[in-house]
Amino acid sequence: MKKDIIQNLGFFALILSVATTLIFLGSIIYFISIRGFKVISWEFLTQGPRLGMTQGGIAPAIIGTFYLTLGAMLFALPLGIACAIYLCEYSPKGFIVNLIRISINNLAGVPSVVFGLFGLAVFVKFFCLGVSVLSGSLTLGILTLPLIISSAQEALLAVPQSIREASLSLGATRWGTIKNIVLPTALPGILTGVILSIGRVAGETAPILFTAATFYTRGYPKSVFSEVMALPYHIYALMTEGTHPDKQTAIAYGASLTLLFIVLMISGIAIFIRQRQRGIYG
Amino acid sequence: MDSETRIKSENVDFFYGRTQALKNINLDIYKNQVTAIIGPSGCGKSTFIRLLNRMNELVPNTVLIGKIYLDGMDIFGPSVDAVEIRRQVGMVFQKPNPFPKSIFDNISYGLKANGIKDRSFIEERVEWSLKKAALWPEVKDRLSESALRLSGGQQQRLCIARSLAVESKVILFDEPCASLDPISTAKIEELITELKKEYTIVIVTHNMQQAARVSDYTAFFLMGELIEFGKTQDIFTKPKDPKTEAYITGRFG
Repeated sequence: MKKDIIQNLGFFALILSVATTLIFLGSIIYFISIRGFKVISWEFLTQGPRLGMTQGGIAPAIIGTFYLTLGAMLFALPLGIACAIYLCEYSPKGFIVNLIRISINNLAGVPSVVFGLFGLAVFVKFFCLGVSVLSGSLTLGILTLPLIISSAQEALLAVPQSIREASLSLGATRWGTIKNIVLPTALPGILTGVILSIGRVAGETAPILFTAATFYTRGYPKSVFSEVMALPYHIYALMTEGTHPDKQTAIAYGASLTLLFIVLMISGIAIFIRQRQRGIYG
Repeated sequence: MDSETRIKSENVDFFYGRTQALKNINLDIYKNQVTAIIGPSGCGKSTFIRLLNRMNELVPNTVLIGKIYLDGMDIFGPSVDAVEIRRQVGMVFQKPNPFPKSIFDNISYGLKANGIKDRSFIEERVEWSLKKAALWPEVKDRLSESALRLSGGQQQRLCIARSLAVESKVILFDEPCASLDPISTAKIEELITELKKEYTIVIVTHNMQQAARVSDYTAFFLMGELIEFGKTQDIFTKPKDPKTEAYITGRFG
């Protein structure tokens, strides 16, 4: 009898936790949507800002965020997955590899504004890349590397040793085994990490603050050395600068909703791919 | 009647770090015969067969002393490629371990890994291997289905087919029926008997009856040592060593 009460209380606490989380999650989506939908229109999504950011749209910021995210992924994905493969499949197990692994995990905890300063010092100044899409992409890429490496490592470790052995026992080389057996099997897991990192990269503000983003550009970036507008920074700028806070706030909510939608869409695509992979490999 | 020796193990010692897993193993494995390796858990029997296709070198901190010859060639010789040895000496593992791919791709994988690209040859070979492994009638209409949907026994026969496809000469079975039901086990045993006409087979087993049923020769390992080796009939009816007798009559193990 007493056991039942304790058990029920326990379950209730768990359900309450889930409900609280859902309420917060729901209210974020609700408030952003309610306020954002008012300003979203075709023009809002396809035109640049006008009249000191009180009119017009956010198209350059959408494009900028797209470029930055794409650039960061082009840089970080191959590098991160290659690192994970080396650490899991090739490196001798031991103290040094463990140290590297711990360092990488710690890197994931470094505040993003620190990455921003690093990007400013290294890419913008030292490599003279300037405040540009390239600098911003590289900074975002480095920021997301630990996430990609650790999730790819986990996915690789989850591949059963027995199928590696099976492949090797058929006369496949180690590289052949990794390329044809281990990587395809680990792919759904790796994609999960990629989804998370894309979401994070698209939404980060601090790393691009000093390395890529600008308050306003006329038109779209012309090359990887151009400054860009980016959605997260644009939202920040709308809320902190300018002369018409009320009009700007409305646009900021519109931009937030757009950003939210873009991130969800990218995640959706990745989840779709992952499910299809699972269909084949599961 | 003694047959030709296919694998010869000469004074083999093997260490995992400082632990000695095998002590001075001298053993001949004859061509077109089934050699069973029996012994209690941890006696070194799996370690031994994993040396025959150089699988053990994937484990870090291991040391091998002694020589193993495959058709007279030292398989650990300086110019010998482990990949080539593994192609010639196939292995079927304790638990069925098909790749998470289609039935067809499971078989064709080894061929492709060995550089074969000719599509029609691959198709022929897949059919041939599946027939050899007595799996063809059950899967011929669903070659593109995931191998993971097959039953455990079917998966194990698929794993056998996979290793036949790459033209191995020797097939090592590491407790192949440990996770199978009696009917699937019977099918695998029947298959082993059939395969020995063309292949040399080494089977590690915990199951004494299985060793007696399928093998021509039996080696009894105990604590890393080869206690007795001989014709299966002799080992099971008149073992020379009292330890062998104690083990096969079920007094320990």
